Amino acid sequence: MDLGMLLAETSGYVLPNEKELQWSVLIVLYPYLTGLVAGAFILASLVRVFNSKPVAPVYRLALLTALAFLICAPMPLIGHLGHPERAFQIMATPHLSSAMAMFGFVYAWYLMAVLLLEIYFDYRKEMVAWAQSSRGLKRLLYTVLTLGVMDTSEKAVRFDDRAGRFITIIGIPSAALLHGYVGFIFGSVKGNPWWSSVLMPLIFLLSAIVSGIAAVLVIYMAINWYRRQPHDMKCLNAIGRYLMFALIFDLSLEALDVVHRMYEAGEWFEILGLLGSGYLYYTIFGIQFFLGGIFPLVNLALAQFLKASDATRQRVYFFSGLLVLIGVLCMRWNVVIGGQLFSKSLQGLTTYRLELVGGEGALVAIGVLFLPLAILFVLAKILPPWKAHEEARA
Amino acid sequence: MSTDPEPTKQTDERSLSRKEFLKGVGRSALLIGIGAGGYAWWARITSQFTRRREPVGDARHNYSMAIDIEKCIGCGFCVEACSKENNVPPGHFRTWIERYEVMKDGSVRINSDDGGINGFSDDVRAEDVERAFFVPKLCNHCTDSPCTQVCPVGATFKTEDGVVLVDYDWCIGCRYCIQACPYGSRFWNPVKRTADKCTLCYHRIRKGQVPACVEVCPTGARVFGDLADPESPVSKFMRENATLVMKPHLKTGAKIAYKGMSKEVV
Repeated sequence: MDLGMLLAETSGYVLPNEKELQWSVLIVLYPYLTGLVAGAFILASLVRVFNSKPVAPVYRLALLTALAFLICAPMPLIGHLGHPERAFQIMATPHLSSAMAMFGFVYAWYLMAVLLLEIYFDYRKEMVAWAQSSRGLKRLLYTVLTLGVMDTSEKAVRFDDRAGRFITIIGIPSAALLHGYVGFIFGSVKGNPWWSSVLMPLIFLLSAIVSGIAAVLVIYMAINWYRRQPHDMKCLNAIGRYLMFALIFDLSLEALDVVHRMYEAGEWFEILGLLGSGYLYYTIFGIQFFLGGIFPLVNLALAQFLKASDATRQRVYFFSGLLVLIGVLCMRWNVVIGGQLFSKSLQGLTTYRLELVGGEGALVAIGVLFLPLAILFVLAKILPPWKAHEEARA
Repeated sequence: MSTDPEPTKQTDERSLSRKEFLKGVGRSALLIGIGAGGYAWWARITSQFTRRREPVGDARHNYSMAIDIEKCIGCGFCVEACSKENNVPPGHFRTWIERYEVMKDGSVRINSDDGGINGFSDDVRAEDVERAFFVPKLCNHCTDSPCTQVCPVGATFKTEDGVVLVDYDWCIGCRYCIQACPYGSRFWNPVKRTADKCTLCYHRIRKGQVPACVEVCPTGARVFGDLADPESPVSKFMRENATLVMKPHLKTGAKIAYKGMSKEVV
């Protein structure tokens, strides 16, 4: 881009090297995607570990959703690197004092040791049955997926169950680590007052839980409409309740962060105040707090406490879920982009213009955002997440 | 007679278990084979990436720079020399000059158009200005540099003689260091597709020369030397003058010392 044009977009004093933003919309998507993974997994673990029976119909869907988003999570990161061909160095020569260096390990651990294993143990018995009842490529696929373990004796199935439970117990702190860690990447940058906060990992984690629950809720309802299946209202009510509680914690923590910053009013107060009341005003207070936070919270609470009809509740849940998803996306935007919109001189602001096309443009971002849904579609074809429940119900 | 069937059964079981045993051995051997092959493959792949960095530089030195703000006239020669010496892409700066104008109404105007490479022209009436000064800036070569701390692959490192450098052949271009530097001293080099910054002209100082910016400064506002040598210009300058560093509260161990720094400096 022409530097003269960029110069015109700054106000106050911006250091000469700060006239371009370093982390684009792709880096906004990275914490968003990992957050959805962590949140969806934690919803699944409610069933497995905390024995929340009403949520059981979405247990498998939540796991597959987490996997689909996890597969896509590194894409924006690698796409953003100046030398993507050197990406593997982050695992081969990790610099141990760097928060970012841990990404490869945290990611690999979560994918290999938690998600894939849990899905494997949960589906193994059925995969054996599908392998035996099909032919050709399909048979080969399911046989490979069982890793050759075709034993479906009661003992073997009991082992699967116990193993799955054990992995979920490991998985909960792992999910917290996966996303709390992403918050730490930002929260530990001491030179950036917008990011530097000990609350950052916690806020990231809670908003992750909120977004993951909302994503599973919306995807579950959409799939039911698509398959012309009735919603399980007990399940929806339970997810709605969890979403409401998660939102309360999340909003409280985010509000605490804002109040704390305003009360502390450090050297950065004026410039961050200008940012919050200017460029980021609508995305912070309009969307993140109100449309994506307070408004769905009030609606969910009303749906819980008022005697609303099932149809009304369904609408409330679906739209609250959508709004929450948009709100959390805005939160990521406010953190990642917002943290780069003021100069480290604390004397000036710059702006970010999202381009439509190009490697880091809006179209690529939208593609990365919706690719997990395509992957989920394929995963659900291979490992139908609803069969067991519908058979049980029938 | 009555004991006959039993041994037969035992034999059966034994033969079964032997079969199982052999099967187990076969499977284990296969697994070990796969494991060993996998490890060999992994080691081959990683050996291409893993390498130990030999320490760079001579630990007997500790290079640094001091700046006399009162001597800087804002001519911009240093910025231009740096740019030419180091092939700095246009619009990016390893060093730059800021102009501060404290106005009679108390407001402060700061600017650094084009990093000061073309000097500065008058933009306000002289009689409205209470006082004005120029502040040259560059990488502070911090002893506890946040950029070195956050680099995920160790491509940014500190030399034994106290200079923070980027290994351009190792940097993956994640830009975390640019975010972490509190001074805005780092930038994205669109040609190398890596992070970039001031090297104190490492290629020159290793040969006993001074950095390009120091060489061309017409007023001696930039003082370079070896802090480990009490007789070097920078050691003398810091002994004889009261100096400050940028953003000391961040505890980065910034080394570039400034004489005559006023509270307006950001």
